[in-house]
Amino acid sequence: MVALERTAAGAIGVRHPDRVATERRRTRTASMLKRIVARPALYVVLVLWMVGTLGPYVVMALTSVTPEKQLIAYGMSRLPSHFSVRGYAELFSTTPFVSYMANSIITALSTVVFSLIVASAAAISLSRFRFRGRTTVLTTLLIAQLFPAVLLVIPLSTMLQSAHLLDSRAGLVLVYVTFATPFATYLLKGFLDSLPRELDEAATVDGCTPMQMVRYILVPLLRPGLAAAGTYIFIFSWNEFLYALTFTSSTASQTIPVGLQFFIGDYQIRWDLLTAAGVIAAVPVLVGFMLVQRQLIGGLSAGAVKG
Amino acid sequence: MTALTAAPSAKRRRRPDLTAPLFLLPTLLLLLVFVAYPFLRAIWLSFTDTTLLGGTLGFVGLDNFRSLFTDPSFGTYLRSSIVWMTGGVGLQLVFGVIGALLLNQRFRLRGVVRGLAMIPWATPSVLVALIWMWLLDPNHGLVNAVLTRVGLIHSPIAWFGNPHSALPTLIVVDAWQGIPFFAVMVLAALQAVPEELKESARTDGCGTLRVFWFITVPSILPTVLITLVLRLIWTANYIDLAYVLTGGGPGISSTTIPLASYLTAYKEGALGSGASYAVVQAAVLAVLVAIYIRLTRRREA
Repeated sequence: MVALERTAAGAIGVRHPDRVATERRRTRTASMLKRIVARPALYVVLVLWMVGTLGPYVVMALTSVTPEKQLIAYGMSRLPSHFSVRGYAELFSTTPFVSYMANSIITALSTVVFSLIVASAAAISLSRFRFRGRTTVLTTLLIAQLFPAVLLVIPLSTMLQSAHLLDSRAGLVLVYVTFATPFATYLLKGFLDSLPRELDEAATVDGCTPMQMVRYILVPLLRPGLAAAGTYIFIFSWNEFLYALTFTSSTASQTIPVGLQFFIGDYQIRWDLLTAAGVIAAVPVLVGFMLVQRQLIGGLSAGAVKG
Repeated sequence: MTALTAAPSAKRRRRPDLTAPLFLLPTLLLLLVFVAYPFLRAIWLSFTDTTLLGGTLGFVGLDNFRSLFTDPSFGTYLRSSIVWMTGGVGLQLVFGVIGALLLNQRFRLRGVVRGLAMIPWATPSVLVALIWMWLLDPNHGLVNAVLTRVGLIHSPIAWFGNPHSALPTLIVVDAWQGIPFFAVMVLAALQAVPEELKESARTDGCGTLRVFWFITVPSILPTVLITLVLRLIWTANYIDLAYVLTGGGPGISSTTIPLASYLTAYKEGALGSGASYAVVQAAVLAVLVAIYIRLTRRREA
């Protein structure tokens, strides 16, 4: 009844004077409540969140420069008495970490190059042309991302074996390009969709063939989108674990995640060395992510939600 | 309707423009060779006796599936899978929505905080495992040290070493890594709630809570649902953390169905039998995938 009356009053823009006074009082108390309680509470919760998110990385970085003896005696319950880079030095001198790094860098960068070419072509096609089966292709791309890796890993390993691509970076790149491309396509398509279609219409009117339109209009405009998609592909291949673990068997192709996993087994108590490897594994992706986070986050939410 | 070519000359009509299909070709080829074919091959392998070293030894029909379902461990795998999915995604849902509401408030350095919050998403899974293995280390880990000092526990806990705590601890680590993604997805939906709608509800005398319940919740619900299904699918298939942190143990206490598939295939070398676990997993997930496609389609329409 009250609700009805209120809606009716609101709708015709007339309000009971008493109600106006009560409401004003209510908003005033509300805003005071907001200033004194809600604002500080918001900041406290946000700080706690940031500590919970970033704290573990800080602990990792600190551990990597803590002297080994101190770690064995006290763990991380005390701050390092002095900084030691022995973990890093040993990582590079006594383990094959340099090979892991080289494999990770080469694999990830090759995947970025090939996947960007394949994905931008697909994105241009899906964003700029209308053809039969377009929606089916979009759905296919969506489904391709949802296949369980454990289901595909077994047949893929037998396929790579018969193609003599097991334990090679080329084999990994092929698989990574396949699994990075669907989402990269969505990212780039979203980016292209936001560019005005009048541009390519104008080009067509001026006598451009579709190929010329792509070459002279779309590719140059696509550059900022390529940065975000490229970073996504890099993060994907740099972080990938299951395929790398299964398809590689020597330092000729093992990547950092595979190496880290071995270290966890082999250097159980050498936390200075383990965390040093962890810091190096984290830096490229986290720096890359922070550089393009705005576009990437925007693309992530659009890509997963829209078809 | 092939392209946007405006000139409808007879020549063009006879020879349709091939740019669009040509550009799609590499992607479709890759998906055909590295997704569709392996998918069918996995199903075929699940009906065979194939080993890592000996290759395919023969067609065994439903034998793999028969031994899978009669395996007394299967009940444990199934239960672990369900606990892992509901626990991990449940935490992500609750804290993801709360996180999104927080990030949607106005505060200083909001852009930076939003970026920093997403960092676990960009971190390699093995590194997440390594970080938490160190933090939760029974001898020197910071978590045990802090909990002991505060007096919550008397002696350090071997979080991953106890069959009762291994899976719940894995779930918490998974949630730590997955909450940011959930939050950012919901945040995007929150930002799309029309301000005028909330404003008019407020002028109609709705309090903050009622505006939230009657305006905000219905507008973000589709996105929350889609994210929920998406995370369920991903979490169900996510075995990296368990593989590195517990190896499915102690015993089989933290082995989910996909992890059982991987361990059967590559620790025991029984590829055919491993594939049968993965096929069961995929069959169950197909329902979720169908729901996901439906939800995104409806949204697009």
